[in-house]
Amino acid sequence: MESLQIPPVDLRLLTPLLIVVGWASALLLIDVFFVPNGRKKITGYLAMAGLAVAGLAGIPLWNVSGSTFSGMLVLDRYSLALTWIFLIAGALSIAVALDYLPRHEIEQGEYYPLIMFAVGGMILMAQSADLITLFLGIELLSITLYILTGFAYPRVASEEAGIKYLVLGAFAAGFFVYGIALIFGATGTTSLAGIADYLSRQPFAPQDETLFLVGASLVLIGFGFKIALVPFHMWTPDVYEGSPTPVAAFMSVGTKGAALAALLRVTLAMEAARDFWLPLLAVLAAATMIIGNLGALGQSNLKRMLAYSSIGHAGYILLGIMVAAERGAEAFLFYMLAYTLTNLGAFGVLIALEQRGEAAWSIDDFAGLYQRRPMLAVAMALFMFSLAGVPPTAGFMGKFFVFTAAYAGGLGWLVLIGVITSAIAAYYYLRVVVKMFMQEPVRDVRPELTRGLNTEILIAGVATLILGLLPTPIVLLVEQSLVALGG
Amino acid sequence: MVPTSYYIILSAALFAIGVLGVLIRRNALVVFMSVELMLNAANLVLVAFARERLSIDGQVLVFFVITVAAAEVAVGLALLVAIFRTKHTTDVDEVSTLRG
Repeated sequence: MESLQIPPVDLRLLTPLLIVVGWASALLLIDVFFVPNGRKKITGYLAMAGLAVAGLAGIPLWNVSGSTFSGMLVLDRYSLALTWIFLIAGALSIAVALDYLPRHEIEQGEYYPLIMFAVGGMILMAQSADLITLFLGIELLSITLYILTGFAYPRVASEEAGIKYLVLGAFAAGFFVYGIALIFGATGTTSLAGIADYLSRQPFAPQDETLFLVGASLVLIGFGFKIALVPFHMWTPDVYEGSPTPVAAFMSVGTKGAALAALLRVTLAMEAARDFWLPLLAVLAAATMIIGNLGALGQSNLKRMLAYSSIGHAGYILLGIMVAAERGAEAFLFYMLAYTLTNLGAFGVLIALEQRGEAAWSIDDFAGLYQRRPMLAVAMALFMFSLAGVPPTAGFMGKFFVFTAAYAGGLGWLVLIGVITSAIAAYYYLRVVVKMFMQEPVRDVRPELTRGLNTEILIAGVATLILGLLPTPIVLLVEQSLVALGG
Repeated sequence: MVPTSYYIILSAALFAIGVLGVLIRRNALVVFMSVELMLNAANLVLVAFARERLSIDGQVLVFFVITVAAAEVAVGLALLVAIFRTKHTTDVDEVSTLRG
């Protein structure tokens, strides 16, 4: 065996990641020693400041690209764009939690650093160019999310959701690691570049590559659990329902986004084996779009409905990934941004309606919302339109880009399924809008709008509209961000 | 020297036992142990391949896996204790109230 050599390290390429993780570690201590109980909001503001600093530190890296740690981590515009999306998701999830936690008497200062650690894990996944670092990123994200899911102690539903998520997450991790081990055995490397190199050395012959194919399938199963692709989605509605709502909001965009971003890199590395994974992903995407949207149809609990809807959206995003080499990656990035903002906004409205001791997630609680809180109802209607893909919202543009990219990439039948399921989805999204605007209130629900929540809903709403009305600047930015990816 | 294929067969058996354990056993502690078995099956195969290929990468990954597994179990046991305090059971079926 060769001796262990310490490779040269360029920490500059990891600035946002290091700031987020370092700040979170410091914040854990600051929170314990300097922030008095009952004023834990200070920790929240400090955490948001940390995320903002990390975002600003990323700006000078826009024209930089390179890899470090022996090529295990890369920095390119793709990872940087995703980093910003994740930072926004983290900051908005903290903003909605500022008042949610004390109102539900579960205020613990650790919440904010934990969100930061999860964001760090997501950034690590976006920057990974090696299966080892990818695994570490997934686990950093997952383990913090297990804790956050069970954060509402002693509420049993929260603990139950936590343990369900943990068992299935660890189960998925087992598949993922075993898959990595087999890929390592077949190719002799864990780096994505090394795998791409191995696959392109000779024409891909499935019959000679059993070990590699089994390994790749196991890795795909691991991804399936994290992204909640059908049939690996069973945990999603339960976990979202049981976990504190800000955490569910964060999970619905965070885990999915980061895992899909990593999946895109992995499929690009396995481009030579496209004949193998394309049919698999196509079947998964079709099943995810159909089951996710049909599942949402029967839900009267809005939190569960959003859980199923997030499953369906993962299916649409997967379309972009399958054609990543031909414009799909751009569609993926745009859809991710649109979906992140819209979904966080919708969950923000849900949080406003949720009061201590009772969960106002029944669709009937939304009846007549327009009469009591017109602005809130208008915002919720906007988010529902965007999730349904009605113009002129961000969701429409996202779907438009993904479907055109997939169609150009020769996935016409999947686009057809996508369009049909979108039409089905419009029913359950618009049902909420009808309830809010055209029916009398059934029950006296008093939405509590606090400053953090107001800001979050406002930002998400405005961004959803701008992305829908003026997508051009963002599209240009997204196009530029894929220069280095070779997409 | 034991051929690498023996290690693969052994680890595949361990992995299958782990998967079945997660799916069949209802005690949360046993489920955790089964997950550990899956991860250790992966470790075994990684070390075997690393030796066959005279490459150190696989062994490095094993260290990471061991660390991650420890962290995961720590969180898992904490959650289990929290549930046990209110429900007085570690049976995953009796814990389950969220349905749909």
